[in-house]
Amino acid sequence: MPGKPKLHYANGRGKMESIRWLLAAAGVEFEEQFIETKEDLEKLRSDGLLLFQQVPMVEIDGMKMVQTRAILSYLAAKYNLYGKDLKERALIDMYVEGTTDLMGIIMYLPFQPPEAKEKNLALITDKATTRYFPVYEKVLKDHGQDYLVGNHFTWADVHLLEAILMAEECKSDILSKFPLLQAFKGRISNIPTIKKFLQPGSQRKPPPDEKYIAQVKQTFNV
Amino acid sequence: MCIKGKLTGKNMSGKVKLHYFNGRGRMETIRWLLAGAGVEFEEYFFETREELIKLQQSGVLLFQQVPLVEIDGMKMVQTRAILNYIAAKHNLYGKDLKERVLIDMYVEATMDLNDLIMRHPMQPPEGREKNLALIVDKATNRYFPAYEKVLKDHGQDYLVGNQFSRADVQVLETILMMEEMKPDILAKFPLLQGFKARISNIPTIKKFLQPGSQRKSKIEEKMVPQVMKIFYG
Repeated sequence: MPGKPKLHYANGRGKMESIRWLLAAAGVEFEEQFIETKEDLEKLRSDGLLLFQQVPMVEIDGMKMVQTRAILSYLAAKYNLYGKDLKERALIDMYVEGTTDLMGIIMYLPFQPPEAKEKNLALITDKATTRYFPVYEKVLKDHGQDYLVGNHFTWADVHLLEAILMAEECKSDILSKFPLLQAFKGRISNIPTIKKFLQPGSQRKPPPDEKYIAQVKQTFNV
Repeated sequence: MCIKGKLTGKNMSGKVKLHYFNGRGRMETIRWLLAGAGVEFEEYFFETREELIKLQQSGVLLFQQVPLVEIDGMKMVQTRAILNYIAAKHNLYGKDLKERVLIDMYVEATMDLNDLIMRHPMQPPEGREKNLALIVDKATNRYFPAYEKVLKDHGQDYLVGNQFSRADVQVLETILMMEEMKPDILAKFPLLQGFKARISNIPTIKKFLQPGSQRKSKIEEKMVPQVMKIFYG
């Protein structure tokens, strides 16, 4: 169907997952073309569709957009999830960069050698509970509002929820010391577009399994 | 202007203040953008791990990390958040969403390349040559061809929207850092050579490129262990 954004990536989370979340939160339907082999990737490259030979790539509004943050910023602005002014935007950017760093560590966990897994899991838990989550807990505590920025739903809320759920997959009680984040999680999960995305059958991708990891390693030389 | 002193609670002068070590790192792109925008700034340098820890304990670093930039009553952290704010405030972020996304695509790629360049001195000596080859390969086969083509396709002086933007500043910064690694890196990119000369001649940029400006030098190899110690103990 013409007009829907089209996502090009592997059939898994990776760097594309935050983009799926944001589109879903904004209530935007999207299509996906999965890269499953080296040849699929090579074809995108040789067809000249990837500005820097990399994915994610999103076809949207007549553009072939690359670079995760560029795509996310565009979507946030387009769908009014980027705050009402420059100062709100600055706060959103700071918060999102924090959750990006945290999710980045979690994302690479399955690609680490098995012997490093336990150590890395401890690192993730430590960073989540001493560096990142205390910050967002304090933000919510200080203003007492339902959303992180400007008393309205923004990209920062979507991104933090995604990070919370990913962290909980690593350690199910990771929010035990963060009552406001627990409530936040409940609240944001209940927003209709988010609720829909969290249901089985949505385009949300599961955590990587052995098969996916092997495929990604082969296709992308990771 | 460099000020060594303690971090006070209120920024009374209203000037932009940078907190970092006395070197490029992740702060350099911010220095470039401020300079490109003609914005004066002060710098606080920490020189030991103890000073960084003190900064962390003072509660001003949202995620216990630098860069930190005091600007417009905010204590901003996260390099990209800071760059986005400065660019938007000083009209270096394009005129609309479409120009903005082009700028974002181009600068995100420069930041990927800058990261590789920044980490290069931290490589063990035996891996250095191979790493250099990797960086040169990425610059000449992945990144620079893209910018060369952008300039070729529209034939304009600037990368986006026929006006000076942060994309021009950041691509120039990256070009100059790559030339430090391999002086003839632009050999196959005539349009980028023209671009480099043009952007370097913009008055604010020209001033920043002169000796005595706040632009930092490439880190000396013997200083690397010291810097690593500040950040990692």
